[in-house]
Amino acid sequence: MNPYASAGSVSTVTASVSGNDNLNGEGGETPRGDIGGARLSTMQVTRRLLSYVRPHAFSFSVSFVSAAISVVLQLYTPILIGRGIDLIIDTGRVDFDALMPLVQTLALVVVGAAAFQWLQGYCVNRLCYETVRDMRIEASEKLSRMPLSFIDAHPHGDLISRVVNDVDQVGDGLLQGFTQLFTGVVTILGTLVFMLSISVPMAIVVVLVTPASVLAASLIAKFSNRSFIDQQRVQGQLGGYIEEYVGNQRLVNTFSHGNDAQQGFDALNGELYTAGERAQFLSSLSNPGTRFINNLIYAVVAVIGCMGVITGVPAQLTVGEVQTFLSYANQYTKPFNEVTSVITQIQTAYASACRLFALLDAVEEEPDAADALELTDPQGAVSLSHVDFSYVKDRKLLQDICVDAKPGMSFALVGPTGCGKTTLINLLLRFYDIDAGAIELDGHDTHDITRASLRRSFGMVLQDTWLFEGTVHDNIAYGRPDATREEVIEAARRAHADKFIAQLPQGYDTVIGEDGGSFSTGQKQLLCIARVMLTDPAILLLDEATSSIDTRTELQVQAAFDELMAGRTSFVVAHRLSTIRNADCILYMRDGQILERGTHDELLALGGAYAELYNSQFAES
Amino acid sequence: MLELLTRFSAGFRRYFVIGPACKLLEVFFDLLTPLVIARMIDEGVGARDADAVLRYGLLLFAMAVIGMGFTLVCQKMAALASQGMGTNMRSALYRRINEFANVELDRFGTPSLITRITNDINQIQLAIALGVRQLIRWPFLAVGSMVAALLIDLKLGVIFLISTPLIGLVFWLVMARCVPYFKQMQAKLDRIGLITREGLSGARVVRAFVREDHERERFRQAAYEQSAVAIAVGKLSSILNPVTFLVMNLGVCAILWMGGIQVNVGDLTQGEVMAFVNYMTQTLLSIVYVANLVVVFTKASASASRVNEVLHCEPSITDEGNTAVELPSAQQVTAGTAAPALRFDAACFAFGDAQANTLDNVTLQVNAGQTLGVIGGTGSGKSTLVSLIPRLYDVRSGAVEVMGIDVRRWPLDQLRHVVGTVPQRASLLSGTIRSNLTWRDSHATDDELWAALECAQAADFVRKLPKGLDAPVEAGGKNFSGGQRQRLTIARAVVGSPLILILDDSASALDFKTDAALRRAVHARSRQESAAGGLPLTTVIVSQRVSSVRDADLICVMSHGSVAGLGTHDELLKTCPLYEEICLSQLKREELGGTAPVPAAPAPAQAAPSVPVQPAAPNIPNLAFEGGEAR
Repeated sequence: MNPYASAGSVSTVTASVSGNDNLNGEGGETPRGDIGGARLSTMQVTRRLLSYVRPHAFSFSVSFVSAAISVVLQLYTPILIGRGIDLIIDTGRVDFDALMPLVQTLALVVVGAAAFQWLQGYCVNRLCYETVRDMRIEASEKLSRMPLSFIDAHPHGDLISRVVNDVDQVGDGLLQGFTQLFTGVVTILGTLVFMLSISVPMAIVVVLVTPASVLAASLIAKFSNRSFIDQQRVQGQLGGYIEEYVGNQRLVNTFSHGNDAQQGFDALNGELYTAGERAQFLSSLSNPGTRFINNLIYAVVAVIGCMGVITGVPAQLTVGEVQTFLSYANQYTKPFNEVTSVITQIQTAYASACRLFALLDAVEEEPDAADALELTDPQGAVSLSHVDFSYVKDRKLLQDICVDAKPGMSFALVGPTGCGKTTLINLLLRFYDIDAGAIELDGHDTHDITRASLRRSFGMVLQDTWLFEGTVHDNIAYGRPDATREEVIEAARRAHADKFIAQLPQGYDTVIGEDGGSFSTGQKQLLCIARVMLTDPAILLLDEATSSIDTRTELQVQAAFDELMAGRTSFVVAHRLSTIRNADCILYMRDGQILERGTHDELLALGGAYAELYNSQFAES
Repeated sequence: MLELLTRFSAGFRRYFVIGPACKLLEVFFDLLTPLVIARMIDEGVGARDADAVLRYGLLLFAMAVIGMGFTLVCQKMAALASQGMGTNMRSALYRRINEFANVELDRFGTPSLITRITNDINQIQLAIALGVRQLIRWPFLAVGSMVAALLIDLKLGVIFLISTPLIGLVFWLVMARCVPYFKQMQAKLDRIGLITREGLSGARVVRAFVREDHERERFRQAAYEQSAVAIAVGKLSSILNPVTFLVMNLGVCAILWMGGIQVNVGDLTQGEVMAFVNYMTQTLLSIVYVANLVVVFTKASASASRVNEVLHCEPSITDEGNTAVELPSAQQVTAGTAAPALRFDAACFAFGDAQANTLDNVTLQVNAGQTLGVIGGTGSGKSTLVSLIPRLYDVRSGAVEVMGIDVRRWPLDQLRHVVGTVPQRASLLSGTIRSNLTWRDSHATDDELWAALECAQAADFVRKLPKGLDAPVEAGGKNFSGGQRQRLTIARAVVGSPLILILDDSASALDFKTDAALRRAVHARSRQESAAGGLPLTTVIVSQRVSSVRDADLICVMSHGSVAGLGTHDELLKTCPLYEEICLSQLKREELGGTAPVPAAPAPAQAAPSVPVQPAAPNIPNLAFEGGEAR
C-alpha cells in the first residue's frame, strides 16, 4: 500500500477512539455509541421534565384545571340529556316548565365544556412545543460545548436523533400523553361517580362488563404487535435491498443485472406480502373487536336497564337514566383503551427523555480559564515539546513529539496511514488536549490562550470538505462573514473555483444543498480552499487539502497556497511529491513518533525510511 | 390514484365488492341499534313487557355477533387487497426502475426513487385498506343516520340538516388550512436535523473559524421557526374537538326542546326522541372519521401520482428489435480485416436538454487488442466518454460503435456482456465475494473466479480470508479497504471474459506497483485469449495518472469535454501542451521520457483561457528545475 496515497482523514480518528465510547471517559461499560446515562430513575426524569415546564407553570396549571372542568362538564351532559328525556313522557305529558331551564342548563354546560376543552388544547399545545423548542436549543448548544472527542466517538445519526426525534417523543409522549392520561383518569373516575350517583347496582353492572372490552383490546394488540414486528423485520430487509440496489442502479445497468436483481426483490416482496397481510388483518381487528364487545355491553346495559325500569330489579330507573347509562357504557370503556396506549407512549417518551438527559449530562469541554490570554497579533512561532497524546488511555499514539517552528517556516508531515499526522493538527487547534508536554504559540502555552483567539491564528483546510446549506458566497465567507463580494470573488479566483462558480445558475448566490449538493469532491475542496484564502491566518494547516483535485489544477492551487503561505508558518499533510519537496522541513512520522526530519535532499541523502518511501513510489520501472 | 388502482386491480376486484358489502351489513346493524332500543323502550318499558325487552335484547346481541362476522370478512378482504396490490405495485415499480437508463435515474434521483418504492407505496396500501374497510362505513353511517332520523320525523330532521353541514364546513376550513402547514412543519423539522448534522460533521471547521455563536443563532432560529409553525397548526386543530362537541350537543338541546313539543302533540314517542339523540351522536362522530379518511386519501393520492410518474416514464434506452450481433472471428482480427473494436464517430453528448455539450465531437478508434488511455482533469468528460460504450447514455449526435456495430443496434444484454466495466466508485453489494464476482457470468467456475482475482491482483488477500470465495461482503463492501474493494470490482469485470474492459479511474486507491502489475496482468490476459484462438481483450484505461496511461497504444487527452490531443505518449509530449503540463505536474522532466527537446511549457490554449491570471504556468518549469537540481 502506498502510504502517501491515503493519509488518515480527520474523521478516521473515530475508529481509534471507538474504544472510549462512554462519554464520561470511564471506560467501556456501555455498548458502542451509547452515551450511557440510562441510570436515571423515573422520579428523577419526571422531576427534570417538570423543571422544563416550570417557566410555563401558568399554562401548565391552566391546562390541567381546564381539562378537569371540561371532562366533568362533558360527563354531566348525558345526565342532563337523560333528565330531559324523562320530561318528555308521552302525548300531553311533557313538562315544558322543567324542560326549558334544563335545555338552557344543558346549552351552558355544553358551551362551557367546549370552551374549556379548547383552552386545554391550546395551552397544552403551546406548552408542548415551547418546551420542545427549549429542550432542542439546549441539546444543540450542549453539542457545541462538547469536546471533539465526544463528537468523533459517537455516531452522528444517534446524536441527531436525540436532538430531533427524542425531543419530539418527549414532547408528544410526556406532555400530550400526560394530559391524555389525566383526562382519561378523570373521565373514568367522573363516570364512575356519576353512575354511582344515579344507581349503584347499574354502575356495578357497567363496571363489571367493561374489563371485557379492555381485555379484548389488549389481546388483539398483543397478537397484532407480534405480527407487526414480523412485518417490520421483512420491511427492513426489503428496504435494505432497495437502498442497496437502487442506490447502485447505475452499476446494475452497467452489468445488465436487472433481471437477477428483480428476482431477489420479488422474493423479499413476496415475504413482505405474507407478513404484511397478516399484520394488516390482525391490526384491523382492534377497532371492530372493541366495537363488538361494546355492542354486547350496550345490549346488556339496555336490557338490564329496561328491566330495571319495569321491575325495579336490579334498580329502580327512569327511561332517561337508561339513556344516560347507555352513553356512559359507551364512554366508559374508551378511556381505558386510550390510557393503555398512552402508557406505552409515555414509556417510549421516558426512554427518549433518558437519552436526551444522558446527552445533556455529558461532560463538557473544559472552558477557557478566566485569565486566559486573548492573542491579538499572532506571529506564528509554534513549538511542541515532548508532546504525548493518545485517544485511548492504553493505546499510546503520539510520543515525545518535539517541533520548533519559527514564524514563516513550512513543514510537511509524511508517513503511513495512522501514524499521527492528522492527530498533530487536532492538537495544534486544541480539538483535543495533550496528555503530556506542551504546545506553545508565540511563547504562550496554548492552554493559557483562549480557544477562540488560538483558533483564529490558524487557517485550516481538511481533506473532508465541509459546506453548509447556504449560498456559495456565505460558504466562502464563513471565516470572515463581513467580506465583500469582491473579496469573495478574489478568494475564489485564487482557489481556482471562480470559473465553475460563474457557471452556476445564480453564481455566488447559488444555494448549496446539503453536504455540498451537486458539487464534485474536487469542487467542494476548492470552495473550502477559497474559504481559507479569504482569511488572514498566521499559521496554515493543510490536511490533504488538495487530495481530490486533479494534478494540474492542484499545481495552480498550490501556487496560490505558496503565495498565501509566504511568510507564514505552515503544516501540510500531503501525498504529492511536489508539495512535500518544497517544505522547509519534512517530518517523517511512524507509529506516533517523528523518525526523521530534514529537507527533502537531506532525507534522501540519509537513505532512511523517507528515502525508501520516496523510491518505492516514484522510482517505478 | 384511480388510474393506479384500476391498473393494479386485476384479480382484486372481488375484494372491493365483497369487503364493502360485508361492511355495509355491519353498518346497517349499527344503524338499526337506536331503532331497536327505541322499540325496546316503547314496546317493552312502555307496555311493561319484560319479554319484549329480552327479545329486543337478544336481537341486539345477534346483530352484534353477525355484524362482527361480516366485519371479519371485510377486514380480511381489505388486508388481501391492500397488501396484494401494494406488492404488485412495488414489483412493477422496481421493474420499471430496472428498465431505466441513467438519464431517467439522473432525472428522478436515487433518494426520490427509494421513497417512491417504499413510503409512497406504503401510503397507498394504507389508503386501499382503509378504503375497503371504512370508505363505505363512515359516510354510510353518517348519511344513514341522517336518513333514519328524517324517516322518523321530518321536522326534527331539520336539526340534522343544519348541524351536519356545519360540522363538515368547520372540518373543511380547518383541514384546508392545516394541510399546507403539515408540509411546512416537516420541512422545518428536517432543517433542524440538517443544521444539527452540519454542526456535527463540521465541528472542526466551525470551531477553527470560531463561528460557534453563528451556528447557535442559526439553530435557535430554526427551532423557533419550527415551534411557531407547530403552534399555529395546533391552534387550528385544537378547535376541531370542542366545535364538534359543541355542535353535537347543541343539536341535542334542539332535539330535546323540539322533540318535547312533538311528543306533547303526539307526533313522536319518548323512545324516538332517544333514537334521535343517538343518531345525532352517530352522525357527528362519523364525520370526524370521514375527515380522517380525507386526510389519508389526500396523502395517498399525492403518493399515487408520484408512483405513476415513474411508471409512466418510458426508458429512453431500449434495445427493442435489435438482433444478436455476430462477433468478428479471431482470424479477421489477426488479418486486420475486422472492424475496430471501438470507434467514436463525431460523438456528442449532453445531459438532459443542456445547451452546451458535455462531450463534443469525439472521434477516435481502437483496434481489437489495443489499449486506449484517457486522461484529463476532473470534470473534463473522461467518465462520460466511456459511459457511452456500454450505452449507459445515448449520444446526442454522431455514433459510438463496438465491433463495427453502432451500440444502438446491439441487444443491451449482449453489449454489456461484451463490455466489462470497472466503475469509478468501487461498490460491492452485500452477499459473498462469489455472489459479487458472478454478476457477469452466473455459472463461472471457481477456476475462472480465481483467474479473475489473480488478474485483478486480489487473489492474495482473498486467499487469506477464512472462507475464501464465500467470505461475506457487507453492504457497500465496508468490510474491505478501499484498495481491496477496487481490486474486487476489477475482478468482477474480468469474470465472463469481456472483449472490452473499461477501467474508469479504478486504480486510484492502488499504489503504483500494484497498478503496474494490474496493467501487466490485463495485457497478459489479452495475449492469452488470442493465443487460445479467442478475441484479444481491448482495454480502456481512464486515469488521472500519467503512469497509468503512458504505455497505452492510444492516449486521448480530454479537456472540457473535447479531445485536446490524441496519440501515443511520445507524440503527445510533442504536440499537446496540455498533456505535457499534466505530465509535468506528476513527473519530473527527465522522467517524461520524451525524445525531442521540450520547450518550456507555454500557457496552454485550451486550459482555462478565460482565467486572466495563470499563476501556475510560470511555476511549472521552476518546480521541475528544482526537482532536477535535487537529483
